[in-house]
Amino acid sequence: MRDALVIAGKTYTSRLLVGTGKYRDFAETRAAVEASGAQIVTVAIRRTNIGQNRNEPSLLDALPPSRFTYLPNTAGCYTAADAVRTLRLARELLDGHELVKLEVLGDPHTLYPNMPETLAAAETLVKEGFKVMVYCSDDPIQSQMLEAIGCVAVMPLASLIGSGMGILNPWNLQLILEKLKVPVLVDAGVGTASDAAIAMELGCDGVLMNTAIAAARDPVLMATAMRKAVEAGREAFLAGRMPKKLYSAAPSSPTEGKIAPKAA
Amino acid sequence: MNGKAHSFEAPLGIGALLSRLELSGKKIAVERNGEIVPKSAHAETMIRDGDQLEIVAAVGGG
Repeated sequence: MRDALVIAGKTYTSRLLVGTGKYRDFAETRAAVEASGAQIVTVAIRRTNIGQNRNEPSLLDALPPSRFTYLPNTAGCYTAADAVRTLRLARELLDGHELVKLEVLGDPHTLYPNMPETLAAAETLVKEGFKVMVYCSDDPIQSQMLEAIGCVAVMPLASLIGSGMGILNPWNLQLILEKLKVPVLVDAGVGTASDAAIAMELGCDGVLMNTAIAAARDPVLMATAMRKAVEAGREAFLAGRMPKKLYSAAPSSPTEGKIAPKAA
Repeated sequence: MNGKAHSFEAPLGIGALLSRLELSGKKIAVERNGEIVPKSAHAETMIRDGDQLEIVAAVGGG
C-alpha cells in the first residue's frame, strides 16, 4: 500500500483519527466519521445506565467494530491507577482488544496532561501487553521516554483539548519528529482544516481530533474538509516544499522573448 | 453497583445479576473491587456483601 500509516504492525490508509464524542446523535456521529474517512475512532469507557438499557441505541451499533478500529481512551482519568483500570475494562469489553489511547490529565480546568502519571501508566500498560498510543505534552524529552517505554505511537498536543487554538509550538513538534521512530500524531487543539494541514506538513504521521469536527456548525462538511486537509498536508510534506525566502528576483515566466519595449 | 447501594434478597452471581439488569449479551465489562471479572467467570462469580461493582460500556468520546 502506498504511503500507509503503520501502527503496532497494522496498516491504515487514513491518517485522520477521530473522536466520537459531542455529536447530536449516533446518526450524526456515523455520518461525520464516514465523511472523515477515519479508520480509527476513539471511544470512552463509562458506567452503564443501570435499569435504562432496554433498546437504548449503542455506539457499537452505529460504528460496528468490524469496520472501524476502536481506540478506547482514558479521558477523565487523573491518575495512572485509574487510567490502567479503565483500559483493563476496555480490553475486557472489546474482547481482548489491545490498541488503546492513554491520557492522564493534570487538571480539569486546562485538561493539560500529567506527564509523571502518564509515564507511570504507560509502563504498566506496556508490561500488560497493551499497544499504547499516548497523549502527551509537546515535550521532546518526555516523548522519547514514552517511546523508550514501548508506546506504539506518541501523540503530543497541538494546543489544549477542545481549545481549537491550532499548532502553538511547531518547533517542539519538529524536535519530537526528528527524534522519534514510532509514529507521531498531533492529538488535541486542532480547530480547522489549515491546522490539520500544518501538522501534516511538519511531517506528523497523523492527526487525532474530535471537537474540531463535532463542534463545527456543519460537522459532516468539516469532517470532509479535515480528510482533505490531512491528505493535502501529507502530500505537501512528501512533495517537499520550496524554501522560503524574502524575495527571489526569479519570476515564473521566461525573461527571454519579451516583446520590444515601445520606443520613446 | 456503579456507585449506588443495592440489596438482594438471595445470594446472586454476576451472570444472574446481568441477566436481571437485561445486560446479558451486551457489550459491557465488569470490575469487582478493582479487579476485572472476565466474561467467562460471570456465571460462577458470586457477589459478596459489600462488593463494589463497576459495569461499563463504550460511549462516544474523544
